[in-house]
Amino acid sequence: MEDTDTALTRLHPNHVKATRMVAFLSAIPFVVASMVLEAADILPTGLFVIPVILAAAIIVVRVPLRRYQARGYTMSGDRLRVVRGILFRSDTIVPFGRVQHIDVDQGPLQRSYGLATLTLHTAGTHNASVHLPGLAHEDALTMREEIRSHIRREAV
Amino acid sequence: MSEAVAARDENASSKPVADPRRTHPLSFAVSALQALQNAIFPMVAVFFAMRDNPFAIFGALGIGLLIATLSAGFAYLGWLRFTYLVGDTDIRVESGILSRAARSVPYERIQDVSLEQKLFPRLLGLVQVKFETGAGGNEELSLRYLSDAEGERLREVVKARKDGGVETGEAVEIAQEPEAEALFAMDTERLLTFGVFEFSLAAFAVLAGLFQYAETFASVELYDFDFWFEQLSGSRGWMASLGLGAQIVSVLAGLVALLVVGSVTGLVRTVLRDYGFVLERTSKGFRRRRGLLTRTDVVMPAHRVQALKLVTRFIRRLFGWHGLKFVSLAQDSGAASHDVAPFAQVAELEPIARAAGFAIEPAEGTQWQRGSRKYRIDSAIINLITLGMAATGLATGLWLSEAASPAYALIPLALGMLLAMREMWLWRFDRNALDPRYFFVKRGWLAPRLDVSSRIKLQSVEIAQGPIARRRGYATLKLGLAGGKLDFEGLPVERAHELRRAIIESISGTDFSELAG
Repeated sequence: MEDTDTALTRLHPNHVKATRMVAFLSAIPFVVASMVLEAADILPTGLFVIPVILAAAIIVVRVPLRRYQARGYTMSGDRLRVVRGILFRSDTIVPFGRVQHIDVDQGPLQRSYGLATLTLHTAGTHNASVHLPGLAHEDALTMREEIRSHIRREAV
Repeated sequence: MSEAVAARDENASSKPVADPRRTHPLSFAVSALQALQNAIFPMVAVFFAMRDNPFAIFGALGIGLLIATLSAGFAYLGWLRFTYLVGDTDIRVESGILSRAARSVPYERIQDVSLEQKLFPRLLGLVQVKFETGAGGNEELSLRYLSDAEGERLREVVKARKDGGVETGEAVEIAQEPEAEALFAMDTERLLTFGVFEFSLAAFAVLAGLFQYAETFASVELYDFDFWFEQLSGSRGWMASLGLGAQIVSVLAGLVALLVVGSVTGLVRTVLRDYGFVLERTSKGFRRRRGLLTRTDVVMPAHRVQALKLVTRFIRRLFGWHGLKFVSLAQDSGAASHDVAPFAQVAELEPIARAAGFAIEPAEGTQWQRGSRKYRIDSAIINLITLGMAATGLATGLWLSEAASPAYALIPLALGMLLAMREMWLWRFDRNALDPRYFFVKRGWLAPRLDVSSRIKLQSVEIAQGPIARRRGYATLKLGLAGGKLDFEGLPVERAHELRRAIIESISGTDFSELAG
């Protein structure tokens, strides 16, 4: 019923830009390396540069969008549902009554896009911390307050 | 509860707290003994290094004396500077010879207090007190060593403080709990039976280690087959002269020896670990005592038990022997779960499970369910394909290199078929059941294991699907369990969602803090 049928809330659109930026930054060394190999003239022209640039383009442009589309969350009265993954789908529900503590983190890049990551910590060994990145910072703070009001006392 | 806390806080500020105490003076003697142990190896090393020198023995003794004096000195200083204080709201420990470290552990955070007696401390009547907070490993607070009585008193103090009952630390008597009820105990006969079933070849590993030493000293190649061949059948050739019958007899004798050594090893290890095993239900929880040389005494609060594990092995199962473990956040000498009845009949385990608020059988009318049939076929096919590819690779390699007949590739192929058949067969024995209070997972054919978790004590529920699983409509259910792992692969998607919905409903009904009640 509700845990499968309700539509998922999308993350903030800036999340795509942020993940693209991360992908772009990590692709740079590979592109540079392929250009260096190209300049060394070992193999026919373009054998290094073309595949590497193509792969980089896919990783920077397409993958973040697909992952963004695959991600989502639902916050209902007493639980948070987090869905993620393109190939390997994962669909996690954390009841607020089992949250031990809550983090709202912002990296420098996330900060420049006004984003934040909400992390719920549970006492379970599996899913000890459930991360939800790509929320608008104010939303993350509101969600934190909302969840905190459900935790009556932090035990353990 | 909150009034009680406030009242205690007031007390803490108004009343002068108790004096800091030191550990038992004899604990210094234990440290000194350990220091002597540490000195032995350098002594031997020095002796060997100087063995051509007539004064070698004095050099070795000198080094030993130096090390022993130094470590004894440090042990004494460490003892002098280590104090603990049983306060009104927490236990404080100050330590450090040059640098000082102070740690405070509030009573609310102490999961349980365990007492451990190793051989030397036990002879001296000392005990190591450990406060389990769930921090794990070296972060746990431990007092080495206190007298038996002081350890027992501390445990009572902590228990009483956690319940917010007693006010003054010094006045707490060692209240012998009258209602302690023995749930499970192992007599000598049971212990010996258990020992025989714990057949172990660990002794041979030790022997192999000794062989390696002997090899270096005696410069004999013990793994050299020719050496043994010569010894056995060489110049004298006594074995060859024995004739076929005697050879068969000697092989049989070897097997019997293997069996005897394995059983004796198992027996010795079991007796050392589980001698005098007693599990009691006290007013605060479960108390387990066991051990011959190292005696341990562990208390687990009943509400901290998160799940049960019912385990067995192939041969002992034929005689109905099972073991029961409790899963909790606290650690039991390195293992994640506590042995509460290592060797018992199911009828004996049932009351223990009930005492912990669990059951080992689903309630009436609950159906055991298997995984998805598509999952069964897919996992068999995946096994077959993986090893089939390996076989193809091997066949091509052998054919190209002509190193050996490509027919050898049939071996991985046969292995793949075997694994696929195993997957098809074992699927029948992986089952799950959800009754109104518990979730049961049963796995395995010859030695089935049963995991029982309480629905309301789970922390989160995840449904995971890989690319094949999504196309074929099955999923893995992963449950967040405090102190353990619980998942079920290859559930039909509808069943996975149904289970999740039911479990989440149960969880949402109770807050985490109510679980401790």
